[in-house]
Amino acid sequence: MDVAYLIETVIKVVVVLLIFSALAGIGTYFERKVLAFMQRRLGPMNVGPYGLLQVAADGVKLFTKEDIIPSNVVPNIFKIAPVITAATAFMAAAAIPFLPQFTLFGYTVHPIVADINIGILYVLGMMGVGLYGPLLGGMASANKFSLLSAARGAAVFISYEVVTGLSILAPIMIVGSLSLVDFNAYQSGGITHWLVWSQPVAFVLFWIAAFAETGRTPFHLIANDHEIIDGFGTEYSGMRWGLFFIGEYANMFFISFVIPLLFLGGYGDGSFLGALGLLGKMAFFFFFFLWTRAAWPDIRPDQLMWLCWKVLMPIAVINIVITALVMMF
Amino acid sequence: MNHEQFNNRNVSETYYLVDIEDYPTDGWGKFKRVVKRTFRGELFVGLWVVLREMIKFDIHTVQYPQEKMPIGPRYRAVHEMKRLWESGTERCIGCGLCEKICISDCIRMDTRVDENSRKEVTEYSINLGRCIFCGYCAEVCPELAITHGGRYENASEQREHFVMFEDMLTPIDALKAGKQLEFEGFGAITPHEDERVKKTPLSY
Repeated sequence: MDVAYLIETVIKVVVVLLIFSALAGIGTYFERKVLAFMQRRLGPMNVGPYGLLQVAADGVKLFTKEDIIPSNVVPNIFKIAPVITAATAFMAAAAIPFLPQFTLFGYTVHPIVADINIGILYVLGMMGVGLYGPLLGGMASANKFSLLSAARGAAVFISYEVVTGLSILAPIMIVGSLSLVDFNAYQSGGITHWLVWSQPVAFVLFWIAAFAETGRTPFHLIANDHEIIDGFGTEYSGMRWGLFFIGEYANMFFISFVIPLLFLGGYGDGSFLGALGLLGKMAFFFFFFLWTRAAWPDIRPDQLMWLCWKVLMPIAVINIVITALVMMF
Repeated sequence: MNHEQFNNRNVSETYYLVDIEDYPTDGWGKFKRVVKRTFRGELFVGLWVVLREMIKFDIHTVQYPQEKMPIGPRYRAVHEMKRLWESGTERCIGCGLCEKICISDCIRMDTRVDENSRKEVTEYSINLGRCIFCGYCAEVCPELAITHGGRYENASEQREHFVMFEDMLTPIDALKAGKQLEFEGFGAITPHEDERVKKTPLSY
């Protein structure tokens, strides 16, 4: 391993970390604005022009707030839980190609931290590990609502992970690789080559599971404000709570990258237009997360489990069987 | 007596029951309901409604410190002392009725007889921390001197928050500019009062 590769990787890691930490903050601004507009409000308006500096104000508040460890919690687990959420969210980003490769000052840059051959498996696995944050944080908090949230987290987790895995199994069988770069290369021939046309069911299933994965509104059960306060986040304050938040929003951004990469052609042939296309698709999926939050109600945990186990999982299995039969003959 | 007509409390006779299907009891019925709900696209109706509102951009926010909603003329906020339109002197004659009727005991006044043998108010204060803005003072005032105004922003650093006579009195230049507003609420003369006044008959 030469030094240039090492330096390049470190720079890429830092860039991804910085950009997506900032994007997580800006994502909260977008969420507030979009939700406000959909509810005929204005949203943040007072800090900076059109409230743009609200993110900075929130950051200052989170960083300067007192770090409270309540008396009855399990201190070490309580302290480590937010780090798990944030760290795993960013670790998942390692295998995602954010842009096509480009040449900078005669040096070819691959905008992916590590093109490992188990790409999508690694991404989903890391996002799955991220659920340990709410789970451990909720159980260590010495708070009934946090405990409820942790229990819900476990129940939701075992439900949607099955659907996530099974739904992308069929596309993986078609592409024959787990790397997201290979997925992109398979679909680089244009809009007719997109996997969404041959695997529409898998696309919809994965999209639904993504909502459960990121804990967004129809499946916003783990930190459901109107039922269990903030769930696992009830006892947290300051930057520890902020880490949960950054993890959640970074997760939303990463899953919004993964869905187009898997099903909608990613960055296409690697041209500048293709890169813009990927960012546009990512923006749509991120917007859709906010859109559904304004439009749809939350469902109960048992309804989510019913949906995942009794509806989505059989459909996913049938999809795999049909795909396999079609590929065989 | 037949009570039947009293039991029918419908405003009109056009009421009808909304057609709600019974809940399915067997598995096949539940399955059919799930399939029907799945493909009826109700979720997209919700999505469309919120997107439509976003595109229309019909914002209803009032940015409060910069913008304020118009307030009703009968609103009972911080008191005002009116002046006579003709001479510009204060209307208060120092009768003390407002002090007497105040149920939260927040009005204090002191009077003396001045050189012209006219009663003059020397001290007058209202403790807004105690005032419940009931409007009795305005109602009881025989001269329509004390009324309520529209200044509702009376946050204060302490519970005792006094407002003095001079602060409540209409400034003389505002009066000359014709900007003194008559209070239309509680205790004020109702509109078209002149038309409703009946002459006292002189003989029966």
